[in-house]
Amino acid sequence: MWGGSAILPSPVALRCPAQRGYEGPVEAALITRESRTPMTGYVIQRCLQAVVVMFAMSVIVFVGVYAVGNPMDVLIPLDAPQDVRAFIIERFGLDRPLWEQYLIFLGNVAQGDFGRSFVYATPVLDLILSRLPATLELTLAAVLGATLIGVPLGIWAGYRPDAISSKSIMAVSILGFSVPTFWVGLILILTFAVYLGWLPAGGRGPTVEVAGVAWSFLTPEGLTHLLLPAVNLALFKLAMMIRLARAGTREIMLTDTIKFARAAGLSEATIVRHHVLKLIAVPIVTVFGLELGSTLAFAVVTETIFSWPGLGKLIIDSITSLDRPVMVAYLILVAVLFVTINLVIDLTYAALDPRIARGHAA
Amino acid sequence: MTGAMTAPLLEVRDLQTHFHTRAGVVKAVDGVSFTLQPGQIIGLVGESGSGKTVTGFSLLGLVDPPGRIVGGSIRLDGQEMVGMAPDALRRLRGRRISMVFQDPSTTLNPVLTIGRQMVLALQAHEPMSAAAARDRSAAMLGRVGIPDARARLDAYPHEFSGGMRQRVAIAIAMAHSPGVIVADEPTTALDVSIQAQILHEMRALARESGTALIWISHDLATVSSMAERLLVMYAGRLVEEGPTASVLRDPRHPYTRGLLDSLPATARPGQLLNQIPGTTPSLLALPPGCPFAPRCGRATQRCSDDPPFVREPPRAFRCHHPLERVA
Amino acid sequence: MSAASTPLGRFWADFRESRVAVAALVVVVAIVLLAVAAPLIAPQNPYDLGGLSLLDARRPPGHVGSGGYIHVLGTDAQGRDLLSAILYGLQISVQIGLMAGCVALAAGAALGVTAAYAGGMVETVVMRIVDLQLSFPAILLALVLVALLGQGKAQLVTALVAAQYAYFARTAYGAATAERRKDYIEAATATPLSRRRIVFRHLLPNCMPPLIVVATVQIANSISLEATLSFLGLGLPVTEPSLGMLIANGFVYMMSGRYWISVYPGIALIVLIVAINLVGDQIRDQLNPRLRR
Repeated sequence: MWGGSAILPSPVALRCPAQRGYEGPVEAALITRESRTPMTGYVIQRCLQAVVVMFAMSVIVFVGVYAVGNPMDVLIPLDAPQDVRAFIIERFGLDRPLWEQYLIFLGNVAQGDFGRSFVYATPVLDLILSRLPATLELTLAAVLGATLIGVPLGIWAGYRPDAISSKSIMAVSILGFSVPTFWVGLILILTFAVYLGWLPAGGRGPTVEVAGVAWSFLTPEGLTHLLLPAVNLALFKLAMMIRLARAGTREIMLTDTIKFARAAGLSEATIVRHHVLKLIAVPIVTVFGLELGSTLAFAVVTETIFSWPGLGKLIIDSITSLDRPVMVAYLILVAVLFVTINLVIDLTYAALDPRIARGHAA
Repeated sequence: MTGAMTAPLLEVRDLQTHFHTRAGVVKAVDGVSFTLQPGQIIGLVGESGSGKTVTGFSLLGLVDPPGRIVGGSIRLDGQEMVGMAPDALRRLRGRRISMVFQDPSTTLNPVLTIGRQMVLALQAHEPMSAAAARDRSAAMLGRVGIPDARARLDAYPHEFSGGMRQRVAIAIAMAHSPGVIVADEPTTALDVSIQAQILHEMRALARESGTALIWISHDLATVSSMAERLLVMYAGRLVEEGPTASVLRDPRHPYTRGLLDSLPATARPGQLLNQIPGTTPSLLALPPGCPFAPRCGRATQRCSDDPPFVREPPRAFRCHHPLERVA
Repeated sequence: MSAASTPLGRFWADFRESRVAVAALVVVVAIVLLAVAAPLIAPQNPYDLGGLSLLDARRPPGHVGSGGYIHVLGTDAQGRDLLSAILYGLQISVQIGLMAGCVALAAGAALGVTAAYAGGMVETVVMRIVDLQLSFPAILLALVLVALLGQGKAQLVTALVAAQYAYFARTAYGAATAERRKDYIEAATATPLSRRRIVFRHLLPNCMPPLIVVATVQIANSISLEATLSFLGLGLPVTEPSLGMLIANGFVYMMSGRYWISVYPGIALIVLIVAINLVGDQIRDQLNPRLRR
């Protein structure tokens, strides 16, 4: 849905200053800013930017959630007795000026203290961390599946755009990103859980502890529970990957590089394997990383429908029940996650595109 | 040169390449015929839109849809290439006929090393081990004048200058010592100072290896220094042909005369530069008869009929009212 | 073939060649007309709580209700005629989609073009903020804003605009930067025309093609996002049932076989979104110079 067919997901746009809305993904990915900074300079620059962004995000979140409405009403449950009220006011410095509150807030965050959830009365950080593995599992399954299936399909559709198989792939992809995720979820449940009874309609399966974390895909029953939500979440990404790979392939096939390779007598198979795949790797990897983050956020809908006990469900519940400490913590963590993912992408980008890694020729 | 006795390496007869666009049929190449002897260097000259690049692509079977070779014949070493099966065509490309393009920054893949691209070109026609391929590649790079060739194999295209990149492209084109290389404006995208160098080197390489060269360009000056024979194209047709010196000294077709006159070198100091009046015609709306007629000072009623291709060996031209012979 | 004289004429001639796109366009126009005419053609006003009767609740398609007419698509849990609810729901979807899309377009384009034209510090700061926002998922942004601002049409549109203006800004910026370098802008600055005039009369129109492509995608997105938010219970208030809410309300009845309450609104939603996307795809393919033949 977001990003759609015509427009590249944002961070690829980030990397091309002169991108028009319909520029091909490959060209867009490969036009990087002229940079003479060596590799280390680039890495440091990006890391610094990441830190700045995180600070900015913390300010925004703080101002947004705490400053909208009376903070006292926000943090103190309405039925709290007087001494609890006084304690919270003192603890969070609610009677202090805003900037002082922000500093206290930052200090608390640095220690991992986001306060306690109104609803669950447990420390927010613990709450979030306990739900994280479920969401991670779902997201990883969805994004991996979408990429591993979508990219080859997309490359085929781009390589032979006029074949019937290609046209059907594209038709299916339109459905894939047009149909709202929640709708697909409903239909999946209706078909596979209610009518056919093959798969469970919700919840997470039994888990196995690996490295101190509980994962459910390691049990067969866990897998059956994972399948439908993962497919639901993956569908949109799948459609995007197909379209991206197709657009990229089509664009690449028309370039002089391919023509020259053909002029040298390379077989079509060799051309696809060596030239096309390598060229398309850059935008695909970029998108993969981005979509990881975005899918994490999007899991909100899927988790709600399938009652999957992850972060998404947590945030929805906390919004409807106005559990603001949880909302704040969620936003901050998501911001940190995004910034980190962006940073990793930037660094991977440098590794993949030799022009950044090696700098430019004299 | 005087190779009239030997069988021609390349024989093009009445080549027609048309583009079926939504706006109509564009006859990019409309009845071009010429022969190429082994080791010969010929120049294909014309403005943009004259069809010279499409002719080059047609020779390699690289015309992209909606373009297609719709008629005529191309015989390479006696083998008919028009209508050949794609796989057979692929085996010819790079091995018996290859091409160098205009802009080396787009013809080389930016994410693959030079070495890898050369090895791929080598292995496309000859099974060889990676080590052997690397050795061959280093040797080829050395031949085209790239210093420290072996180390440079692991470099990426962007680490080379424009001239170097074009040399790499030439090395790839010559990897299997093809009989003929089609060079489509290979120096146009380079710095002026490098142009002369590359020109010189290509000619030397061609002479050395006995490779025939088809030099496509819009720049009469560069072509004249390279080619033995000159072919002038206009609106998809061959309008004049002959030994270079003869054509330059004694053009028979008014268009060739116009081209020569508009060269800055032929103008007198202080004089306005000559121009051929009018503009190149849109290939969608060509008038019947001679396509140059609307711009020609010598045009008459007769010119609305297709002019005949007149042969006066070693010259040929397509005009109803050719210029008079100069001695 | 006669060549159409105006660019728009040529565009339309090319567009007509794709039967799928034309069919999709027809569908979109039809739905918009239906949505606009909803108050006139719907047999029932689903907002009028007084006119509903619980006796009619959860009736299958074809049932004749207490109002004396056939419920062509059945009724929902509150006794609302589903056909009417869908028509009104489409009205809401189209309204919100268009409003959010247009406002985001205007705001984003203005921002992007201004940043490109102003250059220097302004350009850097503005585009950094835009880029930041682009890497944040729209749904999260919309969720948070809706949670903060409360429910209601204006709030929803604001949230959608805030989540989407960045795409327009980035596209407009890219297009404007490319155009800015072109000669005709340099020529225009040499004339006595005011800067604002140059930007709006010369720069902006040439940035339109990619913006139009983004606009179609984003309108479809807005509709989808609104439906998702409503489904989650965070969209419009219960008194204005949008398609998403209808689907949500019908969810529980699906297990017991009363599928129509969720399925029909869902189909309506999907048809609208797919049609818009098909049209957008065609427009994009036509405007892409790289794929031009």
